[in-house]
Amino acid sequence: MTAPLKKPKRKNPILRTRLPVPPPSARSRVALGMLWGAAQGRLELQVCRDCATVQYPPREVCRRCLSDRLDWKPQSGEGELVAETLIRHSLELYFRERAPWRAGLVRLPGDVTVVAHVHADVPRPAARVRVRAHLDRAGQAVLVALPEKDTPNMADDRIMREMTCDPKFRKVLVTDGKTAVGQALVKALVAAGAEPVWVGNAEPWKNFPGFEEITKIPQVSLLSLDVTDQRSVREIAGEIAGRVDIVINNCEVHRTYGISQRYGTDAARAEMDVNYFGLLRLAQEFGPALRARGADGTNSAVAWVNLLSIYALSNYPPHGTFSASKAAAHSLAQCLRAEMRPTGVRVVNVYPGPIDDEWNQLLLPPKIAPAALANAIVGALKSGVEDVYPGDIAQDWLARWRDNPKALEVEAANP
Amino acid sequence: MTRKRQGYDDIVVTAPVTIPYARFSIRGAHWWIGRALGTLVKDSGIAKDAIDGFCVSSFTLAPDTAIGLSEHLGLTTRWLDFVPLGGNCGVVGLRRAARAVQSGDANVVACVAGDTNHVDSFRQGTANFSRFARDAAYPIGAGGPNASFAYLTDYYMRVYGAEPADFGKMCVAQRENALKTPHALFKKPLTLEEYLASRMISDPIRLFDCVMPCAGAEGFLVMRREVAEEHGLKYSRVLATIERHNAFKGDPVQFRGGWVLDRDELYGQAGVTPADIDFVQTYDDYPVINMLQFEDLGFCAKGEAPAFVRANTLTYNGSFPFNTSGGQLSVGQAGAAGGMLGLVETIRQLTGQTLGGKVPNARLGLVCGFGMINYDRGLSTGAAILAAA
Repeated sequence: MTAPLKKPKRKNPILRTRLPVPPPSARSRVALGMLWGAAQGRLELQVCRDCATVQYPPREVCRRCLSDRLDWKPQSGEGELVAETLIRHSLELYFRERAPWRAGLVRLPGDVTVVAHVHADVPRPAARVRVRAHLDRAGQAVLVALPEKDTPNMADDRIMREMTCDPKFRKVLVTDGKTAVGQALVKALVAAGAEPVWVGNAEPWKNFPGFEEITKIPQVSLLSLDVTDQRSVREIAGEIAGRVDIVINNCEVHRTYGISQRYGTDAARAEMDVNYFGLLRLAQEFGPALRARGADGTNSAVAWVNLLSIYALSNYPPHGTFSASKAAAHSLAQCLRAEMRPTGVRVVNVYPGPIDDEWNQLLLPPKIAPAALANAIVGALKSGVEDVYPGDIAQDWLARWRDNPKALEVEAANP
Repeated sequence: MTRKRQGYDDIVVTAPVTIPYARFSIRGAHWWIGRALGTLVKDSGIAKDAIDGFCVSSFTLAPDTAIGLSEHLGLTTRWLDFVPLGGNCGVVGLRRAARAVQSGDANVVACVAGDTNHVDSFRQGTANFSRFARDAAYPIGAGGPNASFAYLTDYYMRVYGAEPADFGKMCVAQRENALKTPHALFKKPLTLEEYLASRMISDPIRLFDCVMPCAGAEGFLVMRREVAEEHGLKYSRVLATIERHNAFKGDPVQFRGGWVLDRDELYGQAGVTPADIDFVQTYDDYPVINMLQFEDLGFCAKGEAPAFVRANTLTYNGSFPFNTSGGQLSVGQAGAAGGMLGLVETIRQLTGQTLGGKVPNARLGLVCGFGMINYDRGLSTGAAILAAA
C-alpha cells in the first residue's frame, strides 16, 4: 500500500533544479478527442453510433462496421489488469528520470485492451481495476489503472502525484483573500494540506467581513498584492515566485449591466484591469519562475488556476461587460496554458455560473455558494482536471453551448 | 468458394547475402541495401541489368521507398515492391517474388531488407512507429518493444507457467550457435547463470532477452530453377508459404499468432509434417515469441512450449536445431533485415553454404516471420517451408 507522503525537506540549495521535460505529447487529431472528457475527469471512449462497438485506440472509422459515426461516450472503466511491466529503461527523459514506472494492459468492457499507467496499489495480474482518464504532465489524456477500491493514501502514489495537482504539502498563492470565494479557498486549501498559503490583501486598510478569521490561520501569510499595479505584482513575485507551487488567481471585479444601461467605460475598464490585465500582469511576473520549477521534486510547481466565468463562453447581456472581460481572460488563459504546458504546470480554468454574492443579488437561484466553488477548485487540483464547470448553471450553459452556440446566444439574451 | 492455392513448381531461392552488421553506422539505409544488391550481383554472376524485379524492406529509408531507391541504385525493373512489414518482410517478400517469377511478370527478383542505425534512430523510430503506438502506447512509459513484449511475457508466464530459465535456455542455445557465425555482434559465450543474473530492463524482460538494434542488410534472389542452373547457382526450393495479418483480434493479450489459422495449409501444401522439419528459424525478438511459434506451428501444443524447451537442446547440432546462426538475439537486429535473417540462414543451411554451424543432413527448413507491434501485439505472421535441391 502507498505510504503517506512525508513533508518534503527543505531544498538543498547546492543542487541544480532539474528542468521539466514533458512525457511524449504527439497525438493524432482523432486521439485528441479523449481530452474533452479527461480535462473534466471523465473517461470517454469512441462508440460506434451504428453498431455500438467500443473503439480503442481512437479510430477514424469503426473497427467492426466501418461507419465513421463514432461518438465519445463516458465509460465505466471497470476492467481487469491482464499483464504488467515495470519499465526500468525508457526511451524518453521524462520516464527515465522517474523510473521504474509501472504500466500494464487492461481489458475493458467492449473487448478493448488499453495500455495504462498502473497505480502501485493495484495487485499483480489478474486484478480488477478502475481505469480513469487523466491529463499527464504534457497535458495529454492518458489512461491510469487504479485499484478496484480506494486505498489509504492512494493520492500520494508517485504516478498520481504526476497526474494531479494535489495541494498537499504545496505552497499556494490565493491572489485575493477579501472575497467570500477567496476566504473559502484559503480554508479549503489549508484543509487539503497546503502550506504555506499566501493570501493577497490589496488595499489593506479596507476590512471585509470574514477576513480577520483567515488571518488567524497559522499557515496563512498576507501579502499586499494589488494586481492592478505592475510594481506591486513584480515586488511580490520577487519575494515568492521562486517558491510558490500553485497560483490561484481569484481576483475579479464584477459590475452588472451591458452597454446601454451603464453609460461610459469606467466600470468596464475596471473589470478589464483586474479580470484581464490582472491575469496578464501575474502571468508575466510569476510565469517564468513557475515554468522553471515544473519538475522540482515532490512539491514542484504544478498549477495555475484562473477564476473565469461560464459567461466567458457566451455573453450574458445583463452582465455584458463582465462577460466580455471574462471572455478576454479566458482567451488569455488559453495562451497561458499553451506556454505552461511544455513545463508540466497545469492551467486550470474554472467557469462557474453566478456566484451567490452581492453582485449577483438580482439573479434568481440556483447560484453557486462560495464554499462550494472553493471545494470544486480544490477538488479539481486533487483530481487533476483542468476545465471546471462547477454548479448547475455552469453545467446547463456548457451543455447548451456545446449543443448549439448560436441558440445559446439567443437564449442568453432572453433569459 | 475459395480456389485451391497453386504450388510453387520450380521456383527457387538462391544467393544468400548478409552485409555484416554494425552496432551504429553513419551511412544511410541506401548504403546497406546497395551493398547487399551489389553482393547479390557479384555472388550470383547475374548482371545488375538482368535483375528485373526488386523487393525492398526498410524502416530507415525515408523519405525514399523502393522507387527512389531504384534510381539511387540505377536499377531498371519491370516489377517493384516495398514490403513495410518488419519482422515478416522476408517471408512476405519471398511469397510475392515467387508469384511474380512464376507468372512471368519478372525473371529474377532481388529481395533485400536493410537498415541503418544512427545513434538516435531507435528512439525516433519507436516514438513514431505507428499511429496507434504514438497515440496510445508510447505515451505510457515510452518503453518501446521491451515493454510491449514484457506484457506478452508476463501474461504467458502467468498463464502457461514458463520460468525465466526457459527463456534463458533459448538465449544460451542461440548464443552457442552464434559463436560460430562470423558476423554475430555477440561473440562471448553466455551461461544460464549470467542470463539469470542479468538486470531487469522491463520486468520480466531481462537484458539478455533484448535484441541489439544495429545496422545491416540481408538479401537473396528468387528465380526459376532453370535460370539458377544456367548460372550454376546452388538453390533451395520453395515448398509452401503462408501469411496472416491482424489475426485473433479478440484476444485480450497476444498468446498466439496467425500461424494457427494457416499451419494446416502450410504443411498440406508442402506435403510434410512438423516431425519432418530438420530445423526451424523463428523470429526471436524476444524469447517468448519463440515459444508462440513452437506451439502455433505445431511442434508442441499450446502451453507446452516451456516443457518442449526443457526437453530439447535447441542448438544447431542437437535436438530441435533452431535459429542456427544465433538469431537476432545474438547476431543483432538490423531493423527490417531482422525479418530476413532467418530466411537467408535457411537458404544457407539447405545449400551447404553456412557461415557458422551446419545442421547435419538438413533437407527441410521452416522459417517464420513475425512483426509490427502496431499497438499492443504483433500483427503480421508468416512462414515458409524450403527444401534442399
